[in-house]
Amino acid sequence: MKTMKKLLTAAVASTMIASAAQAAISDNEVRIGYLADMSGTYRDLAGPNGLTALRMAVEDFGGQVNGAPIRVVSADDRNSPDVASSTVRQWIEADGVDMVAGMVATSVALAAVNIIERADKLAIISGSAASSITNEHCTPNHIHYVYDTYPLANGTAKAVVDEGGKSWFILTADYAFGHALEADIERVVTANGGTVVQKVRHPFPTGDFSSFILQAQSSGADVVGLANAGSDTINAITTAGEFGLTQSGQSIAAMVMFLNDVHALGVEAAQGIQLTTGWYWDMNDETRAWADRFMERTGVRPGMVHAGIYSSTMHYLNAIQATGTDDTQTVRRHMMDTPINDMFATNGIIREDGRMVHDMYLAQVKTPAESTNEWDLYNIVRTIPADEAYRPLSESVCRLVNN
Amino acid sequence: MSMIFGVPIAVLSGQLLLGLINGAFYALLSLGLAVIFGLLKIINFAHGAFYMLGALCTVVLFNTLGINYWVALFLAPLIVGTLGILIEYFLLRKIANEDHLYSLLLTFGVALVIQGVLTNIYGVSGMRYAIPEVFRGGVNLGFMFLPYYRAWVIVAALVVCFGTWFMIEKTKLGSYLRAGTENSKLMQAFGINVPLLVSLTYGFGVMLAAFAGVLAAPIYSVTPVMGGNILIIVFAVVVIGGMGSIVGSIFTGLAMGIIEGLTKVFYPEASSTVIFLVMVIVLLVRPAGLFGKEA
Repeated sequence: MKTMKKLLTAAVASTMIASAAQAAISDNEVRIGYLADMSGTYRDLAGPNGLTALRMAVEDFGGQVNGAPIRVVSADDRNSPDVASSTVRQWIEADGVDMVAGMVATSVALAAVNIIERADKLAIISGSAASSITNEHCTPNHIHYVYDTYPLANGTAKAVVDEGGKSWFILTADYAFGHALEADIERVVTANGGTVVQKVRHPFPTGDFSSFILQAQSSGADVVGLANAGSDTINAITTAGEFGLTQSGQSIAAMVMFLNDVHALGVEAAQGIQLTTGWYWDMNDETRAWADRFMERTGVRPGMVHAGIYSSTMHYLNAIQATGTDDTQTVRRHMMDTPINDMFATNGIIREDGRMVHDMYLAQVKTPAESTNEWDLYNIVRTIPADEAYRPLSESVCRLVNN
Repeated sequence: MSMIFGVPIAVLSGQLLLGLINGAFYALLSLGLAVIFGLLKIINFAHGAFYMLGALCTVVLFNTLGINYWVALFLAPLIVGTLGILIEYFLLRKIANEDHLYSLLLTFGVALVIQGVLTNIYGVSGMRYAIPEVFRGGVNLGFMFLPYYRAWVIVAALVVCFGTWFMIEKTKLGSYLRAGTENSKLMQAFGINVPLLVSLTYGFGVMLAAFAGVLAAPIYSVTPVMGGNILIIVFAVVVIGGMGSIVGSIFTGLAMGIIEGLTKVFYPEASSTVIFLVMVIVLLVRPAGLFGKEA
């Protein structure tokens, strides 16, 4: 009987220790994995500089939270879902990683999230574009932070139609992301009273766009909408310039265009193009101050994804500090309950589907006369309020949303 | 307007012309590959990297030293060609007597190293190079707007292609080259420096790639990864034309450009695959390629 009592006490005591450990920080260390394309097409969007942004957040926290050190590991996903799966599995099983940040290619993000959900860890996706990440693919284990295709099409296409660009020629990258974007553009254009006269799908990636630009010219459409990204967008715009597309009265609307793309094109070629962005470095003193720090370390101005990686990491670490634990659901709940107010977002809210909604901005690329230096690229034309920019929860098919 | 398969003839002629221009690039690149394979039996997987280096060199020469397009047109191929000769001398020569596969693996490795190092330095967003002043603008042909620069590309590429063919097939130097690769011992007995000839030939093939790179710099986005995509297409062109056939590579390059251009009108989704489809058919019907000699 005495031994029985001892055993019971021991059992109770050990459960208590276990639950106490759960409430604290696992392995007494917060471990963050940074997964991104470090060497391929999407390198400049997040890449090595995104890792710097993440490290800046960790340093601003003094390298530790509630006495537990913060450790950062990183890997190149090479835009391959297979590489992403095996890396994340290794991180979780062997290295005890608590949160995975970065992620650009949508396929990579979905593969990573799949593993992360099973292990009940957290993913904060900053680089990916597809709005399906928090719609049909939503999970209780990830947050989509910076932007998605919904506000990009919504902001840019609507603005262009409102200005009189009624008939559209859509040039689409022939893969899942392009198709989704094409559908988004078509929806916005027709909803605002425009028409789509022709749609052409080009292989991904395409080096020479002259043939497609010629087709766009002979279509007679007012607007050539680009449902592609990265080098495809850059090449299409360059070729359009060469073939005098804009001189003949047509205009270009690029849906997915980032600061690094505009920088690569230069204001000469990109002037006047309208685009939607989640953040711009030259908006106010706070953004400029952070952009200066970033530039000191990287030599370039940060894009919205870099800023988002910093902001989301700060938000994550703040939640750990406030709750005293790195338990995924506790932290995620706290992140959702706390509005985000920093240099990246004003009153940003993480919804139950994992979508971080915040104001977006309609920007126009400056003319060479307006631009004072190589990174002085955008005029902010309009602020698109968060609830107008993102897909409303009432239209969501996410399983975490009661519709 | 008269139509062919529902496409106006005017649009079609525009596409044919554009296809021909792209074909000129394919011809120039596959020519270099064909020279290197035909004469040296080296499967040069670094060809795309040399093409990229030609373009990158043009941009960097302009940005750092202000060297203009016309000088770069000669200087960039010279610089890249020298690099090619060094690679031949220090690396490829060591495995000259091994199976073809070794040269394939070695050049593939070299290409990855070059591409990786430059990606680290320049990123992948692409650099811009302005079209030279004289070629700004274009002419309206009635059925399409033809930028002057594209017209220049096709002229320059065809002149260089013809010159190369003429040199190898019709001159004394060309005959030395062909003889040297046929029977190098005998040629050396005649007092011809065959190893030097081999180095120069490799260097020349590399220069052709770099020349194509310079031509491409003003119209395509210049990035360290630009060579990887085009390399596979160009290899398909060489295989269709008949490995190592000089005339074959030129004609096939132009023809594939046109076929690809037409596919972009009738079924754009397949435009990246159509060349490989042609390759499969040609290999089934004529395993040695269209212009290849039957083994």
